[in-house]
Amino acid sequence: MADKILKKLNIKVWRQKNAASKGKFETYTIENISTGSSFLEMMDILNNELIEKGIDPIAFDHDCREGICGTCSLYINGRPHGPDTEVTTCQLHMRKFKDGETITVEPWRAAAFPVIKDLVVDRTAFEKILQAGGFISVNTGGVPDANAIPVAYEDAEEAMDAAACIGCGACVAACKNSSAMLFVSAKVSHLAKLPQGKVEAKKRALNMVAKMDELGFGGCTNTGACEVECPKSISITNIARLNREYLGARLSK
Amino acid sequence: MSILNSKIPEGPLAEKWSKHKANIKVVSPANKRKLEIIVVGTGLGGASAAASLAELGYKVKAFCYQDSPRRAHSIAAQGGINAAKNYQNDNDSVFRLFYDTIKGGDYRSREANVYRLAEVSPNIIDQCVAQGVPFGREYGGLLANRSFGGVLVSRTFYARGQTGQQLLLGAYQALNRQIAKGNVEMYSRHEMLDVVKIDGKARGIIARDLVSGKIKRFGAHAVVVATGGYGNVFFLSTNAMGSNGSAAWQCYKKGAFMANPCFVQIHPTCIPVHGDQQSKLTLMSESLRNDGRVWVPKKKEDAVKLQKGEISPNDIPDEDRDFYLERRYPSYGNLVPRDVASRAAKERCDAGFGVNSEGKAVFLDFKYAIERLGKDVIEARYGNLFQMYEKITDVDPYKNPMMIYPAIHYSMGGTWVDYNLMTTVPGLYSIGEANFSDHGANRLGASALMQGLADGYFVLPYTIGDYLADEIMTPKIDTNAPEFEEAEKEVTGRLEKLYNIKGSKTVDYFHKKLGHVMWDYVGMSRNTEGLKKAIEMIQQIREEFWKDVKVPGELDNLNPELEKAGRVADFLDIGELMARDALDRNESCGGHFREESATEEGEAKRDDKNFTYVSCWEFKGEKQEPVLHKEDLVFENVKLTQRSYK
Repeated sequence: MADKILKKLNIKVWRQKNAASKGKFETYTIENISTGSSFLEMMDILNNELIEKGIDPIAFDHDCREGICGTCSLYINGRPHGPDTEVTTCQLHMRKFKDGETITVEPWRAAAFPVIKDLVVDRTAFEKILQAGGFISVNTGGVPDANAIPVAYEDAEEAMDAAACIGCGACVAACKNSSAMLFVSAKVSHLAKLPQGKVEAKKRALNMVAKMDELGFGGCTNTGACEVECPKSISITNIARLNREYLGARLSK
Repeated sequence: MSILNSKIPEGPLAEKWSKHKANIKVVSPANKRKLEIIVVGTGLGGASAAASLAELGYKVKAFCYQDSPRRAHSIAAQGGINAAKNYQNDNDSVFRLFYDTIKGGDYRSREANVYRLAEVSPNIIDQCVAQGVPFGREYGGLLANRSFGGVLVSRTFYARGQTGQQLLLGAYQALNRQIAKGNVEMYSRHEMLDVVKIDGKARGIIARDLVSGKIKRFGAHAVVVATGGYGNVFFLSTNAMGSNGSAAWQCYKKGAFMANPCFVQIHPTCIPVHGDQQSKLTLMSESLRNDGRVWVPKKKEDAVKLQKGEISPNDIPDEDRDFYLERRYPSYGNLVPRDVASRAAKERCDAGFGVNSEGKAVFLDFKYAIERLGKDVIEARYGNLFQMYEKITDVDPYKNPMMIYPAIHYSMGGTWVDYNLMTTVPGLYSIGEANFSDHGANRLGASALMQGLADGYFVLPYTIGDYLADEIMTPKIDTNAPEFEEAEKEVTGRLEKLYNIKGSKTVDYFHKKLGHVMWDYVGMSRNTEGLKKAIEMIQQIREEFWKDVKVPGELDNLNPELEKAGRVADFLDIGELMARDALDRNESCGGHFREESATEEGEAKRDDKNFTYVSCWEFKGEKQEPVLHKEDLVFENVKLTQRSYK
């Protein structure tokens, strides 16, 4: 409960100047970190020390620091978002580490997520998949009253379960094939579960899957690693639903 | 007298918006295609505006500093969104929502704007449902509502504890659809660093590509700033790490007035600060106060033992607990508005009754609710928040009370806008949290989401047409114009200046230093002496910053430290203006508490005779004192009364 001090940690971290250069690991030592600090606060402290020593600080993505924006993206000791369950890196705390430990920090590794600098990767591929069909085609205004279409409680809840995806990319990073199936299936399920989204369901599944394949994500071989590492516990049931939606759409084409 | 024209339409309150819409100009579809609009920021305001404007046929360029528009900080809003749907048959109405918002804001907002907000609120819910936002529902399939602080009806729609996320994803989906159609050009990882004016009108922006470091010019017939609030001036806040006031500040320097900058909201239920390694504060939803009881020990010796870690809260019997909100405010109890709850917590901690090692925390205890309702019910209501609390603090809130403390959360103040949401610069608009217009001196829970989406979906798409209708003969804006040249030179010059200081202290060092000054003197409790001291101290920090800051990395590469340096440079200026504004407003209202203006019991005392105005600050140049203009607030439909929650 009470915070302790980790006297010394070795941070073995991926350094890469830019997309074109070749990266390598560097190891830095950091002292006196409170177990009550978050992992990213530890990184802030390390960075301030590096700056004072005249070393370029480590670039990493982060923003809300409360586990919802999906920006942070570190692969820590071989796991996306590090050694805790149902958290993003920004919610990971130093009490999960031991004094004297060497902590290995890498960027997401996937062909579709090229490294921009150090630990920062380019997730534009996710944007493109969503632009291919991850929406309901309604304009602002001219829509019916919100209560005009009743939605069964269970359907709304299941849609919400899938809609909770934060688009961080941990599923891709966890997958040995770098598959984006969990991400894509979450959006397809969210919208297919609601009557408003059913109208375009077939087109949506076909277009999003086609875009996913085009962008270099791997295929799904049902290992379930994505579900285990997902900070929001998105279920692989969604992948089954996507397969059904996709197959149905192909057959009726 | 005033040079400010709020353009509030004539006529009865309930007819103003309809009449205004009937009177303003409309642009034909053929002309819309020729008109370009820049939208900066992609939170609820920016994303909904960009999508709606593109659907109308305008050519839109949208910008965000994040790697995706979906990551804007609206995503983190938890509790819900208000709307006057009256689905619960509990006598809610547009007028009631309007009234609650005006009263909650302590009578420092504009009647006409607030009424319009309430009027369009039902459309927002319709729109979101049509987009597929999975709001909570009843078993009959219709939408569910919950109640929120400061009101007597149930009008809050919600998607678990992630309402902001779901609403933003709705707007983001609409935005993605327009990007795919080619109607919106999306520039992620781009930060606006200046607004460009030609012949007095906003005609574009200068932005830095955060990946390549390139400085780029973008032209448009109108510019919309939807860049949120400036709470990070305090260093520690519930805002995202990147949230900043720089876009709004550049607008201010180009002639857009800043209104009520001292009005910031301090949220009572955040996880307290621990040690000095912390970077950010996490909010625990206001909804927790429905079932949690707030207390500190009655005896100071118990508080001291808690601070030293010698006893646990469960060792203190009920009779030795001071449920100070229930004691001071018997009728509202733990559900008093945010500003009142925050001040009461500070009062107890300042008196030495704080419960953590720093003496800066109070308990929020669910023991009584668990005894009354059972653990299952509490888990169903707040499970995700309890999980979040345990992950951060390593304390199980089912067994031990939560520790909470107030933190900076939201900016009510912001860029001054007229009824059309246009700033004092023609063609420059400000929407959502970035503007000042709807929340007065205190925002009610679940109203930020409402305002962002009202502005973006249903207000700006109408009002911007009134301006653009006169721009149809203006050709595509030439970014080779000398004004762009000069603005770019200024931006580059400033970045190079920051980079070349090569001092000895990091950006965070200065940011933390500023944060301490702001929290101590421009925070929850303010007085003349402290505010004057703050202005001096901020000036000193600024001077030191521009002499001794160290910005590592390169100008032409991804460089988060350079980004931060620019933002902190602006925070130093914003902080000073906040202190000036707080000094001018010698009354207590909403989140702004002046010690000189309090009742005998220490409650906030408003001074309507002297301060029923919006403070609008005009930039007069670097190192020059800004000039204060006043927009008088006229109340024709509500009677001003002192708020009482006793």
